[in-house]
Amino acid sequence: MTDSVSVPILSVEDLSVEFGDSRVIENLSFAVKPGRTLAIVGESGSGKSVTSMSIMRLADMMGASYASGRIRFTPQDRDEDLLVLSQKQMRSIRGKDIAMIFQEPMTSLNPVFTIGDQIAESLMLHEGMSKPDALVESKRLLDMVRLPDAQELLGRYPHQLSGGMRQRVMIAMALACRPKVLIADEPTTALDVTIQAQILTIIRDLQQELGMAVIFITHDMGVVAEVADDVVVMWKGKKVEEGTVADIFANPAHPYTQTLLSAVPKLGSMTGEAFPKRFPVTMMDGDTPRLVGTEHIQNTARYDEAPLLSVRDLVTRFDIKKGLFGGVSHRVHAVENVSFDIYRGETLALVGESGSGKSTIGRTIQQLQKATAGNISFEGRAFSDMGKGEQQRLRQEIQYIFQDPFASLDPRKKIGFSIAEPIRTHRLIEGDKQISARVDQLLERVGLKSAHANRYPHEFSGGQRQRICIARALASNPKLIIADEALSALDVSIQAQIINLFMELQEEHGLAYLFISHDMAVVEKMSHRVAVLYLGQVAELGSRQQVLETPTHPYTQRLLSAVPVADPAIVRNHILMDGEIPSPIRRVGDEPAILAHREIAPGHFVADAR
Amino acid sequence: MAGFLIKRLLQAIFVVVAVTLIVSFAIRLTGDPALMLSQGAGSITEEDLARIRESLGLNQPFFVQYADFMLGLFSLDFGRSFLGGTQVSALIANALPATLMLAFASMFVSIVISIPLGIKAAISRGKWPDQVIRILSLVGLSFPNFWLAIMLVLLLSITFRLLPPSGMTGIENFIMPAITMGVILTATNVRLVRTSMLETLQSQYIMVARAKGLSENVVLYKHALRNCAIPLVTYFGLQFGNLLGGIVVVELVFNWPGMGTLAFEAVGARDYPVLQAVITVLSIMIVGVNLLVDIAYGLIDPRIRTE
Repeated sequence: MTDSVSVPILSVEDLSVEFGDSRVIENLSFAVKPGRTLAIVGESGSGKSVTSMSIMRLADMMGASYASGRIRFTPQDRDEDLLVLSQKQMRSIRGKDIAMIFQEPMTSLNPVFTIGDQIAESLMLHEGMSKPDALVESKRLLDMVRLPDAQELLGRYPHQLSGGMRQRVMIAMALACRPKVLIADEPTTALDVTIQAQILTIIRDLQQELGMAVIFITHDMGVVAEVADDVVVMWKGKKVEEGTVADIFANPAHPYTQTLLSAVPKLGSMTGEAFPKRFPVTMMDGDTPRLVGTEHIQNTARYDEAPLLSVRDLVTRFDIKKGLFGGVSHRVHAVENVSFDIYRGETLALVGESGSGKSTIGRTIQQLQKATAGNISFEGRAFSDMGKGEQQRLRQEIQYIFQDPFASLDPRKKIGFSIAEPIRTHRLIEGDKQISARVDQLLERVGLKSAHANRYPHEFSGGQRQRICIARALASNPKLIIADEALSALDVSIQAQIINLFMELQEEHGLAYLFISHDMAVVEKMSHRVAVLYLGQVAELGSRQQVLETPTHPYTQRLLSAVPVADPAIVRNHILMDGEIPSPIRRVGDEPAILAHREIAPGHFVADAR
Repeated sequence: MAGFLIKRLLQAIFVVVAVTLIVSFAIRLTGDPALMLSQGAGSITEEDLARIRESLGLNQPFFVQYADFMLGLFSLDFGRSFLGGTQVSALIANALPATLMLAFASMFVSIVISIPLGIKAAISRGKWPDQVIRILSLVGLSFPNFWLAIMLVLLLSITFRLLPPSGMTGIENFIMPAITMGVILTATNVRLVRTSMLETLQSQYIMVARAKGLSENVVLYKHALRNCAIPLVTYFGLQFGNLLGGIVVVELVFNWPGMGTLAFEAVGARDYPVLQAVITVLSIMIVGVNLLVDIAYGLIDPRIRTE
């Protein structure tokens, strides 16, 4: 960190941005100094991304107009208001003095050009380098973001790289001309936590090396606590609070900031608790926060009964890369010899990163995917012994909730229809009147109004849609709900409410949840037991306390240490992983080694470390 | 990439065999050419008909006839026309260049016009250039090609006497047929380019390219165009088939000495060898163009090339 009394390099003063008639940013002011990181936090619709696009003047191309304010860019010898510059003048600043990293590394690179060409392009444009010189410099930049085999990477295409590698290429590209300000718009949101930890470290190290100012836009308070010096909190297009990171976390002044912080799940906050717990949630009621719900211990798991669902030695593989005559050359070993039980009233969390096989397990149980080997039994009956009719009944007793509440509702059907569909399919209730009464009751149970049944999905927010999906899942009176990243697409304040809804429903109906998630902090809040998956196998399985408080498998330890904790006071040592998460794709004949498990405490199973 | 191309080549061969088989078979269901040929020759005995069939090779089983035809393909020997006994290969050698010149001319002109217009429409989405381009393309799409052809002849040849109404004697003969075929093609292509470009411009990498400080022209013509060309190239390949199908009408109206006219006359006369040869050659052309499209695909899109 450089001297904190130095003058700002970029100051946004009284900025208002409009799209047509709607004002999305109102009288926003903040400043960032060289060498410092300013985090702009907010939930969806807060205007944080429009802010970054306005600084770049890229918002112009999306139809934005600037109703008021200035954006002053003040490196040593200059003082310019970016808002009055022409696009032509802006082009000489963009990518040179102010650079940007975007959220989606998978789509940020042009698929038809090589990595080398894309990095060299900036250097040739702004630094006037020749192509060969630019490529030499590009290699140095790739080394700088710690990508191995940089020389070879120059000639590669984006699709040959993983998400984490692409994001490093993006960073190399953004830093090519040594910008004075770097805007990072949710740069790690789409990445796995261990990869996120790598990327955050790289950004921080390079910031110190180059003395850049960084504007870090994120919704993740954990990331804020890790990277930020200063914080601006945005809500509905306005700045509601600003301060140093320590201040904001320790003494949030604005009700919205308080709400936001109280909703953030903090890994480690449940240490010492034997059971998951419901906590009251602060909700914004207009401009004032309101506390909803009570603290409640979730002791619902019926371990005294026989398991509801048993999975034994489950193997699920997919054939890929067919040869010329349809021969299979490679397989995805998505799930390899996985065994676990779920009891009534229990939440079992499956956690893991990309390629861990967690979603495939869920899909196999829901019969959306055929198992290659192994057995699954529900209430003591093996799937393989079931006839067609019984398998159909299983589709009623096991329900699935997907990650994306926007894609999982038919946009052309009223939500009342979507919720009634499982009731009609399984003939649970006869008579239109009775069905619609049941739909109304379900809607009210998940916190919506019965009048909503006649609306279409696009009229609802993401959180409301997820409630609708929950109502639809409940419609068939299931015993087990598989929630596949069901909270990941939601803002934290909404997430906290839905977590409580899940837990209330569990208590009312004795529901079992298979909770598939990559978010360790949410898992800690919700689950009774946790299974950590790595490359399709169980690395560690045990009670929530066993796995999270005494993680024993090295992968579990690495995963937990990579999770950013929303508390700047905690200084942590990351166990950084080098390189990439290995791929579950293997050549035919090259079978993975099956791990043996040891029971190190009652119910706590750990795989042999590889 | 090599595996991909070999696969496509095998598919192409299968398509050509299937098409020729269907055509040879179907054509024989339409009637006996011996009867056609002997019409007006007074009293015809069954022996006379048998003799005619034998001389034409029609007494052989169907698969023998088909095998003969396919073997002939390799030496470019398509047999002789039933009418007048001309070598079919000679007829095709005359007609094919005329058709191909017309087809490629229309295609080329249409692509050259529709790419800039489509891009212009995409970048000015909702504003007046977009509206004008879209309305014009709708108008273009609404003309049936035979009507357009007749109108052009009436207007430019008969009323104003600017262009020759038919035949293929010079470059001025190309103008009206090429306009007829080009209008609908261009109208369709403008819409395709616009849609594909709009989709490409939504991509994050376009925003990234702008964030680098690249000029709008570089963003559009370097970063966007190549990506937006990927679906277009496929479509242009498929379009070539439609084009050859539609060319029959246009050739007839303008009395163009091409494959369409040849096929039309052969159908009327049940001239099997000619019809068979015309359709085989056209299907080989279409399959060949689509094979080229596959190669172009690999050149444009590294995701296919490096697989």
